[in-house]
Amino acid sequence: MSNFVPMLYSVWDSDISYSFRKSRVAVISALVLLAMFLTAIFAPSIAPQNPFDIAELDLFDSELPPFWAEGGNTAYLLGTDTQARDVLSSIMHGMRISLLVGFASVILAAVMGVTLGLLGGFLGGIVDAVLMRIADVLLSFPPILVALLINGVLRGALPSSAQAESALIVLILSIGLTNWVQYARTVRGSTMVERRKEYIEAARTLGTGKVAIMMKHILPNVLGPVLVIATINLGMAVLTEATLSFLGVGMPPTQPSLGTLIQIGNEFLFSGIWWVVVFPAAALAILVLAVNLLGDWLRDALNPKLR
Amino acid sequence: MTPQIAPDDILSVQNISKRFDVSEPFLNRLIERRPRRILTAVNDISFDVPRGKTFAVVGESGCGKSTVARLLMGLHAPSAGAIRFEGTDITHLPPGNPPALRRRMQMIFQDPYASLNPRWRVRDIIGEPLKNFGICKTRADVTREVEKLLSQVGLNPADAKKFPHEFSGGQRQRLSIARALTTRPELLICDEPTSALDVSVQSQILNLMKDLQDEFNMSYIFISHDLAVVWYMADVLAVMYLGKIVEVGPKEQIFENPQHPYTRLLMETVPKLTVGGTERTPVAGEVPNPISPPPGCAFHPRCPLANDICRGAAPELNLRSGGQKSACHAADEGRLPPWLRLAAE
Repeated sequence: MSNFVPMLYSVWDSDISYSFRKSRVAVISALVLLAMFLTAIFAPSIAPQNPFDIAELDLFDSELPPFWAEGGNTAYLLGTDTQARDVLSSIMHGMRISLLVGFASVILAAVMGVTLGLLGGFLGGIVDAVLMRIADVLLSFPPILVALLINGVLRGALPSSAQAESALIVLILSIGLTNWVQYARTVRGSTMVERRKEYIEAARTLGTGKVAIMMKHILPNVLGPVLVIATINLGMAVLTEATLSFLGVGMPPTQPSLGTLIQIGNEFLFSGIWWVVVFPAAALAILVLAVNLLGDWLRDALNPKLR
Repeated sequence: MTPQIAPDDILSVQNISKRFDVSEPFLNRLIERRPRRILTAVNDISFDVPRGKTFAVVGESGCGKSTVARLLMGLHAPSAGAIRFEGTDITHLPPGNPPALRRRMQMIFQDPYASLNPRWRVRDIIGEPLKNFGICKTRADVTREVEKLLSQVGLNPADAKKFPHEFSGGQRQRLSIARALTTRPELLICDEPTSALDVSVQSQILNLMKDLQDEFNMSYIFISHDLAVVWYMADVLAVMYLGKIVEVGPKEQIFENPQHPYTRLLMETVPKLTVGGTERTPVAGEVPNPISPPPGCAFHPRCPLANDICRGAAPELNLRSGGQKSACHAADEGRLPPWLRLAAE
């Protein structure tokens, strides 16, 4: 505890922290993201309405426009949909699902990709060849198609009764299993560079085992780019989830994510109820934009050539 | 042939070879109809390392010096031959195993910038063998031992908390030495430990290594391409050319009266400040490709004394009058002219 303050100071004084404070884009994106995370985490307590509790819904309030438009009601700041659900509350709850899927799938993809990349790069030979051919196949299709395929297979393997409850898991798996390739390729490349360095040979002569060399020596030296990919991939994962949900193979309408909300709203777009689709779409766009801008900054900040 | 292992030899190497398969991938070879390509990095060499002495290996880049070091440490498996450490056959033992034996031989690497893990603190780098070989049981023991080693190699015990990038090249090489000393090795293999350092720092490191050798009674295998460094460090010297030892013997003998044209060529390249305007034979040619070495004596394309015998048959390592052995037909036949240069002073 005694060295907590100096540690805090050294974090504040680091290159990364300086670069962060100097970059207005990074600061704003981080603030926007922080606000969105907090909203998502505390949605059940801060949302004006629980859009999934039928007792709270009043059908007389359905299809209300945002509060500033004619006929709007300040109780429903961004209006209501055809079921009288508050759009703002739906977005808050939807963001929860979107971010959950995003984070979980990024973690799944990163853990899987880093592990496989490390194994392939370190062991080489047949292990590496097999892993990289699988990666090549996955890379040769658009990611959304691969996600759709995995999604379809997983759903097909489940009994229809379990599909609604397992939708979240299925989504996380299908997005995670699609995105590991990038991590694996990056980590494999850096691993192949690191394992030829003399400190690995030194570790071998000093009796360090293969697993320890991979985990303790190589892993810390290849993790840098993974953080950047993970940040940028978070935006991609949220977007993929939204796309799958929009296509109707993602979250069911009873547990809508941002993508599901957009899909539901899309049906009413031409009947003039624009707010049901525009606001979730805007929330999604801002979320993904903030993540990507932060990822771009991180990539540049960690690149020694751009300092 | 190598004589029986004398009891005062710590390491004995018999006829080891290392061939690397550097062929292109199978499909490329099949389509382009290329043959397999085998690189012979070390070609049937034998030597003995006397206990408590420094056995130096010199040669140009690519002559197989570093491969020899890696073979001894088990980082490469030899294609043929045998390595014995104090009579125990270690030819095919993996690096670091068995711990009780491998801890008695350690290695210092060439590049002090690559041989220390950049993400590890000094304490962990030097503590790694302490933990692996079970020398220290507790964290406090490791810390105490690391601090002791740091002061032994002339660094500050407080440096244990730092990362490698906070040190200069010479200091990093001191860290490497400290790490190698953790197990109190009897044999230290030094693969060009000073070639990446400034000349002024080189001498500090060399002096440190000499002091440590006396203090701990270690035997060194000292690999270098720098004759000045070798003159300072070596007791016994082996000259390698294209994977072969061409001359081996007591250092003074080889420096004073080299019995192989290649050794002479190496000696010629050392500039002398004292003798002005001496005529120098320019070094002719390049080291041949070890994938397709020339027939006969590998040195014949560059040798001023080469004749048909040299082009036809590989010479044997034969004992010369001075006490060293050299592999040269010209020396066998007495065609080697007398050596006129003075020994390095």
